[in-house]
Amino acid sequence: MNDTRTLLADTCARLFTDQVTPALIESAEKGAWPGALWQMLEENGLTLPQIPESRGGAGGAWSDAHVVLVACGRFAVPLPVAETMIGAWLLSESGLDVPLGPLTVAPARPADRLSLTRAGAGWVLDGVAGRVPWGAAAGHVVVVADSDDGPMIALVARGSAKVEPDVNLALEPRDTLGWSGAPVLAAARVGAGLPAGALSSAGALARSAQMAGGLEFLLSQSVKYVTERVQFGRPLASFQAIQHQLALLAGHTAAAGIAAQKGFAAMDAGDAGFEIACAKIRTGEAAGLGAGIAHQCHGAIGFTYEHSLHFVTRRLWSWRAEFGAEAHWAAALGREVAARGADALWPHLTSR
Amino acid sequence: MATFNFELGELPPEAQKVRGEIRDFLDRALGGQSATKRALSWGGFDRDFSRKLGEAGFIGMTWPKKYGGHERNALERYVVLEETLAAGAPTSAHWVADRQSGPLLLRFGTEEQRQRFLPRITKGELAFAIGMSEPDSGSDLASIRTRAERVEGGYRVNGTKIWTSNAHISDYAIALFRTKVVPDKKHEGLSQFLVDLKSDGISIRPIIDLAGGRHFNEVHFQNVFVPDDMLVGKDGDGWKQVTAELALERSGPERYLSSIRLIIELIREAGADPGDRAAVVIGRLAAHMATLRQMSLSVAGMLQAGQNPNLEAAVVKDVGTSFEQEIPEVVHALLGIEPRLGSGSEFERVFGYLVEHAPSFSLRGGTREVLRGIIARGLGLR
Repeated sequence: MNDTRTLLADTCARLFTDQVTPALIESAEKGAWPGALWQMLEENGLTLPQIPESRGGAGGAWSDAHVVLVACGRFAVPLPVAETMIGAWLLSESGLDVPLGPLTVAPARPADRLSLTRAGAGWVLDGVAGRVPWGAAAGHVVVVADSDDGPMIALVARGSAKVEPDVNLALEPRDTLGWSGAPVLAAARVGAGLPAGALSSAGALARSAQMAGGLEFLLSQSVKYVTERVQFGRPLASFQAIQHQLALLAGHTAAAGIAAQKGFAAMDAGDAGFEIACAKIRTGEAAGLGAGIAHQCHGAIGFTYEHSLHFVTRRLWSWRAEFGAEAHWAAALGREVAARGADALWPHLTSR
Repeated sequence: MATFNFELGELPPEAQKVRGEIRDFLDRALGGQSATKRALSWGGFDRDFSRKLGEAGFIGMTWPKKYGGHERNALERYVVLEETLAAGAPTSAHWVADRQSGPLLLRFGTEEQRQRFLPRITKGELAFAIGMSEPDSGSDLASIRTRAERVEGGYRVNGTKIWTSNAHISDYAIALFRTKVVPDKKHEGLSQFLVDLKSDGISIRPIIDLAGGRHFNEVHFQNVFVPDDMLVGKDGDGWKQVTAELALERSGPERYLSSIRLIIELIREAGADPGDRAAVVIGRLAAHMATLRQMSLSVAGMLQAGQNPNLEAAVVKDVGTSFEQEIPEVVHALLGIEPRLGSGSEFERVFGYLVEHAPSFSLRGGTREVLRGIIARGLGLR
């Protein structure tokens, strides 16, 4: 990590250690919007790290966004930070201004379709999108929609949709938004710089980093717990069965970490399709196995609401499935690999 | 808690250039080689191949020119390693010497030892075996009992080494012996020696592996004289030195690529338009392999930077060997075919070979349990 990123990681860790308390996460789970935390994030330039300064961002790279998202995952930050980064990216790459405040993106599920139609000088939006993160809470929704002019990026305001609230396992809002002739604040053709499937790819990449961060938490929290907890007259850490489970967790954490990191580096290099698929597959699998190990090492206390382990494990279980589960990305990647042919596997891997 | 340091490793342009060169070499040297042969990976022993590889400048790549080396950087060497593994080249006749015996001599050996052995290793002429394990000392390496007693002009060795791969077709071994018995301090009094495997008093008995293959041996030492000039490093420093040697043994890409041939042949078998289940399996394997490659490259980058990534190497070996072992399992679940060495299908033969050999992947070079112990220590658990 370069010096700027180390600094950024320190800033995140400091801020989140102070602010993202169990009480704050609990109140977010009950539906409260942690507005003060959002404001601090925005003031510290953490919500738009990879957006050009000319569009109101911090002017950094995706690898800077990586640092912030890993920290968000590690501390279970209950805010649409990833969604804001992605929404702002879709807007700015398509030549549109980025509004202040939290953003979300739709459709979050590849099967949902939205459409834009011309209405006078502007556009109106129609369609239904399910599982939209913070769909009702975000100030604006950035949508990818079909139109007679081809695929478009559009910005709509909070309140433009009919909302059916729902949540994921971690009680993060995942709302269904329905638009019917809704007014659009701004719209443009999908920017030439955006890759195919930009929204779901960036979503998968962001969740990979969040999961990598969540795994870091599981590892350090589990090490701390087994070092402190005494049974049979000695710390759990002294039992080989426990040591080996945590060594396994360390392996998954390391694999998830580098898979996600490589995805962001590839984004910065401008061609990340392969790496994003790898990242979502590897981090998702690590998330499932890692959560299992962390709970096993924590025993019954880790299965209580009172203990904070579940703030991360419930997120991991949901994030795994969001923006395409492992099976979705593995099928796509497998078809790509097969189409290239058996003898192209290694040359392709080494060209990345 | 100590944290792991897996930064992305970047390959410099010169390493990318070497990739083209080694690929050309391997195309020429192995053109037409069957998948079944390639599946042997770094288990294949072929002195001709090693000599050609040495002639082409791909052995001892990072060593000083005055010892026959090529003064390339560690990442250029890394590229050569991963390419030979991916191609399934028979590298066993130089692998140990290039990976650990040579580097050990460079670090701890005398000037005379370096001049005597290193140039011949770089030519692919000297095969080395590893003399560590004994019948009663496997994972508990420090408990070895083979004695090297001080005599006029050298040492007299008595005892037995075991699992000594390729001792019967190698020239030398670097072996760990006990030169002094220090009660209750088993890590002390150990020393490393260069041993000429043709020496009087050495008898080498084959141990056939479960697949009927011969690479394992039991090497018996009866009053074997090892001259003073074959002591490596300092008398009594053996444990420190052997730990450094094991770090070299554990840190390379051979710890995740042993089953790559089965992945390649699975993709061939599935065809250009695989069904959903096969696509999911192939995609998942590709994602794991790509991730392991990044982890392995990261370790290579740390080695190049002069760091000491023992902990990270243990993580890569643990995750990597689990992956290698999972591949035959995954093929079994997907296709339900029978692993057969005598099958008419190349794919089934490769499958058969790997089903039988996979158990060894998490035993050789330090068992999974030993590695997890190292990782647990790194985590501060012990």
